Amino acid sequence: MRPNIIKVGFLRGGLEIKQFMRQRESVVFTLLFPVMLLFIFGSVFKGDLAPGVTFSQYFVAGMIASGLVNTGFQQLAIMIPLERDFGTLKRLRGTPISPISYFIGKAVLVFVAMIVQVGALMGFGAALFGLDLPNTTERWLRFIWLILLGSICSTILGIAFSALPKNGRGASAVVSPIVIILQFFSGVFFVFSTLPQWMQQFAALFPLKWLTQGMRSVFLPESFATQEVAKSWEIPQIAIVLVIWTVLGTILALKTFKWSEK
Amino acid sequence: MVSAWTHRLILSRPFRYSQLLGQDIDVVNDLAISVRGLRKTYTSRANGSKDAVAGIDLEVKSGEIFAILGPNGAGKTTTVEILEGYRDRDGGEVKVLGQDPGKLGSDSWAWRNRIGIVLQSTNDAQDLSVSETINHFANYYSNPRDPESVIHDVGLDEKRDARIQTLSGGQRRRLDVALGIIGNPEILFLDEPTTGFDPEARRAFWDLIRNLRDEGRTILLTTHYLDEAEALADRVAVIVDGKIIEVSTPENLGGRNNAKARISWLENGTKQEIESDFPAAEVAKLSTKFGGEVPELTVIRPSLEDIYLKMIGQL
Repeated sequence: MRPNIIKVGFLRGGLEIKQFMRQRESVVFTLLFPVMLLFIFGSVFKGDLAPGVTFSQYFVAGMIASGLVNTGFQQLAIMIPLERDFGTLKRLRGTPISPISYFIGKAVLVFVAMIVQVGALMGFGAALFGLDLPNTTERWLRFIWLILLGSICSTILGIAFSALPKNGRGASAVVSPIVIILQFFSGVFFVFSTLPQWMQQFAALFPLKWLTQGMRSVFLPESFATQEVAKSWEIPQIAIVLVIWTVLGTILALKTFKWSEK
Repeated sequence: MVSAWTHRLILSRPFRYSQLLGQDIDVVNDLAISVRGLRKTYTSRANGSKDAVAGIDLEVKSGEIFAILGPNGAGKTTTVEILEGYRDRDGGEVKVLGQDPGKLGSDSWAWRNRIGIVLQSTNDAQDLSVSETINHFANYYSNPRDPESVIHDVGLDEKRDARIQTLSGGQRRRLDVALGIIGNPEILFLDEPTTGFDPEARRAFWDLIRNLRDEGRTILLTTHYLDEAEALADRVAVIVDGKIIEVSTPENLGGRNNAKARISWLENGTKQEIESDFPAAEVAKLSTKFGGEVPELTVIRPSLEDIYLKMIGQL
């Protein structure tokens, strides 16, 4: 009897979390970097975007969305080529483990790291910048599915992308510019509706813009929806775009995933 | 009459365990690994194309320690990695536990469930402890060994809670072996297992490998150490430039068992030398001739090292 693929995946997730927590640099970077960014932006831009909507409030939505992209896509697209270099993947290839279990392990790691990161960001934001936390059950539920679906989508795209860098050393140089450009285009650092139209349309092709919009629907007042480009939060569209990217990413990841460099 | 006829019938029809166990083991041949005409060519822009493996035939019996011995770059690792299912081949037939590692389908897990692999140097899982890693890998197999007994067998009891990054090279290699055998494999592949060991660690490691063989496992190891092949292997294949130049027991390698002895002595101020299959008789003759002691008499049999170096073209 083959050991259950999903169970092995969650066991791998546990192991990944253990390894992650023992690398102090990565923990500090993942947890503190968003908080530091919030501190910098929150200190620079003190004004309100609309009555009752501080820049920090707007920015936290973007930070959580881009946290999903950093923790999932960016981290994995760098980490997996390194694991290839270190022989981690070659060793796994020689065992009966399914790639699906390995993917699930990564998704569990990303999801747990996200929860911790979001907790730190919201705690820090609420304490220092008067961040308003989601105020209805509906918003909390939406928040949870956005993080869950966002983590899975970001994980699988990171795995799919990890086939591209030739080795671990070069990975960061390939991945980081893509993420930074998407952050600028998707309304993480600037108010999305003020961006040029071509930028908005380009960003709409990728998940980050939709994740950011979804997070705004969680953190900003209902009235702010009218300030969106589409005059609405477009929740169903967000779900559809994320599901499409997740499905495409899964197909791609299963096709291109490489256990070793050859 | 009837019994003789039945007897012949049984003999004439190969009986397969597979019919009994649903496993593809050929009991008549009792081969764990069979390789015929294996080829692998690497093409690089700088060096053109090179035959890393240039037509290899191999048969490894169930339950033996089989060593592939050869200098660096002879094609040992390429051969083994093809058998392990890591690399494609360009020609030939390969069967490992009855399956072609180059054509594993959706049930490849079942095949991997029955083999254990110890790769050349790895550098993974630095932040985990020995026991965490071994216990975790046990989850991948359908019939794993008890992790605690595996830790004990490879001699890492004292290091069970140590982080992997703190292990010495020899301990690290023992962990690699632990991960190779945690799934209770029928075949264990070891790729240059003792490179970089001190002599004491090597001897302890060899004992570990012998114990694994005594448990009934088939072991295929590559090495560039002649003494390792001699100490461990039931049979040795010597590989040079992608070709196997001899398969033999360590005792008979290179015709060592019947190599001529070289007898030399001093006679009339010049050195005399002959080769003989019967050195004792020659020495007796010389002794009679000289009336007792023979000046500067030496009788030399070629050492295994001499024979090996001659075989691989280094002497």
